[in-house]
Amino acid sequence: MNLFCVGLSHHTANVATREQFAGSATAESIVRDAGCAEALLLTTCNRVEVYAVSNRRISTDEIARCLIRKIDTDPHDYAPPFYRYEAEKCVQHLFRVASAVDSMVVGESEILGQAKRAYESAKTSSAVGPYLHRLFQRAFRVAKQVRTHTEIARGAVSVGSVAVDLAQRIFGKLSDCKVLVLGAGETSERTARALISRGVSDLRVGNRSMDRACQLAQTVGGQAVPFDDWPAQCREIDILITSTASETPLLTPGKLAPMLRERLDRPLFIIDIAVPRDVDPSVNEMQGVYLYDIDSLQSVAEQSLAMRRQQVAAAEAIIAEHVADFVDLVSRGLHPAARSSEHSSTGQNSLRASEL
Amino acid sequence: MRFNFFAVGLGFIFQTAFLSVRGHELGRCPLTNLFEVFIFLAWSVAAIYMLVGPAYRLSLMGAFTAPLVVLLQGFALIAPIDIRHPAKLPANPWLEFHASISLVAYGAFALACIAGVMYLVQERQLKTHQLHSIFYHLPPLFDLFAAITRLLWWGFLLYTVGIVSGFFTGHPLPRVQVVAAIAVWLLYAAILQGRHLRWLAPKRVAALCILGFSAALTLLWGITFTAQMHPLP
Repeated sequence: MNLFCVGLSHHTANVATREQFAGSATAESIVRDAGCAEALLLTTCNRVEVYAVSNRRISTDEIARCLIRKIDTDPHDYAPPFYRYEAEKCVQHLFRVASAVDSMVVGESEILGQAKRAYESAKTSSAVGPYLHRLFQRAFRVAKQVRTHTEIARGAVSVGSVAVDLAQRIFGKLSDCKVLVLGAGETSERTARALISRGVSDLRVGNRSMDRACQLAQTVGGQAVPFDDWPAQCREIDILITSTASETPLLTPGKLAPMLRERLDRPLFIIDIAVPRDVDPSVNEMQGVYLYDIDSLQSVAEQSLAMRRQQVAAAEAIIAEHVADFVDLVSRGLHPAARSSEHSSTGQNSLRASEL
Repeated sequence: MRFNFFAVGLGFIFQTAFLSVRGHELGRCPLTNLFEVFIFLAWSVAAIYMLVGPAYRLSLMGAFTAPLVVLLQGFALIAPIDIRHPAKLPANPWLEFHASISLVAYGAFALACIAGVMYLVQERQLKTHQLHSIFYHLPPLFDLFAAITRLLWWGFLLYTVGIVSGFFTGHPLPRVQVVAAIAVWLLYAAILQGRHLRWLAPKRVAALCILGFSAALTLLWGITFTAQMHPLP
C-alpha cells in the first residue's frame, strides 16, 4: 500500500493554474478513475490536493488527469507544478496543512474546517477507508494541539479583524459600545459588519448622501444619522470609523477636546481608513483616544503575522513529534487503546510497516 | 490563568498554615516583627488576588501578582529580620486588629498597583501601535480600570478602618507614624476624589496607584522598623 499526496498550492502555482484543476473532480471520481484504494480531495482557494492510498504506484500525471477541468487538455501541455509527497513526507505535509503552518496566512483558522469538510464529504461517498480515516483524525488532533500550545493563531491579520480585535482589547464586551460609521465606503462597511458580528448593537451611519447612509444602515442593521450631526454623535459614541472623501481633516485636537470633556472619560477608539486622512494624527496624543489609520492597522496586521511566523518552529516541533508517533504506531500495528480512539468508525484492517 | 490561580492558591494555603502556627506560638496575631509583617502582606496580596482575579476575569493578573508575592516573601525569608522579642508580648486585640486590617488594605493597594502596571503597559502599546505578545494576554483596558477603581475603594475603606482602630490601641502612637499614615490616606483619598470628579484620566490614576503603593510600602517599612527599634510595652 502506498500513501501519497499530489497537489498544487499557492507556493507552486498561481490562481489561474489552480483553477484549472479545482471543482470538477470528487474523491469518489478519483478513486474510480485513478484506481486508488482510498482518496480524499482537499480544495480551498489556495490549494488543490489529493491524498490517496493505492496498491500500485499511481503517477502524478494520472491524478492530474483526474483533476483537470477540460477533458481535452493534456496537463503536459503546460506542465502544472504539481508536488508529490509519499509515505512519511505525506503525513508531515498533511499535519502542516491542517495546522495552518503551510497556509498563505500562517495560523489562519479556516483550513481546519475545510479539511474536516473534505474528510466528511469523502467519507460520505465511501472514498475514505481505514487508512485515511486514521491519518485525518490524527491531523485534526495535531492541528488542535498546535493552536492550543503555540501562539500561531494569535492576533488579527486583516485590516477589518485588527480593528475589531483592538476594539475588544479596549472595551472588552462590544455589546455596550456605540459605533458611528462616517462615510459609507467598502472597508468601513466590512469593519462595521465585523463589529456587529462581535455583538455591537448600536451602530449609526452618517454620509453626505443620506440615501447611501440609509442603504448601508439597512444592509448592516444600523441607523442612519445626518452627516452634519457627527460632532454631537462623537460625544456619545465609543468607536468612530471614518472614511469620508474630505480633503481636510474633519477631526482635530481643537474640535475633539470639548467633546472629550463630555464623554465621562470612556475611551474613544477612532479607525480612520480615509485617504487623505479624516483625523489629524496628533489626536492620538490626547488622553483616552486611540487613533488607528490604515497604515497603523496594516502595521498591526503585519506584526501579528510576524508573531505567528515566529511560532512556526514550535508548531513544527509538535508536528514532527506526531509524525514520528504516527509512523511508529502504523509500523507496529495500532495499540488497542489508540485503535479504539482513532479508528472507531471504520476499524477493519490494522496497518503494517509495509504500508509506509 | 488556571495555572496561575492554583499556584497562588497553593502558596496561600502554606502561608495560612505558617501564620496559624506562628500565631498559636505567639498567642496573638503574628505581626510582631518585620518578617511576620512581610509574610502577612504577601498573604493579603494572595488572598485579594484570589477574590479579585476570578471575579473580574483578569487573566494574567496572577502572572503579575505571583512575582510580587515571591518578592515580598523572598525578602522576608532572606533578610535577617525574624528577630524574636525577648519577652512574650501581651495580646492587644485593638492593636492586632489595627495591624492586620491595615495590611489587608495594603494587599488591595498592591493589587491596584499591579493592575495599574498592566493598564500602563497595555495603554502604551495601544498608543504606539506596537503590540507585543503580552498585549494579547492582558485584560481589556476598560475592565482593568474598573478593577483598579474597585480595588482602590476596598483598600481605602479598609485602610480608613485600620487608621481609626489605631487610636483605640491604648498606646500613644509616634507622631511621625501618624502623620505619614494620614499622608498616605490623603494620597489615596485624593486619587479617589480626582477620579470621582473626573479630574484624573484613567492613565493618571493607574500611575498614581504605583506611586501610592510605593509610598505605602515605605511607610510600612518605617513603622515596623521603628516598632522593632522601640517596641511598644
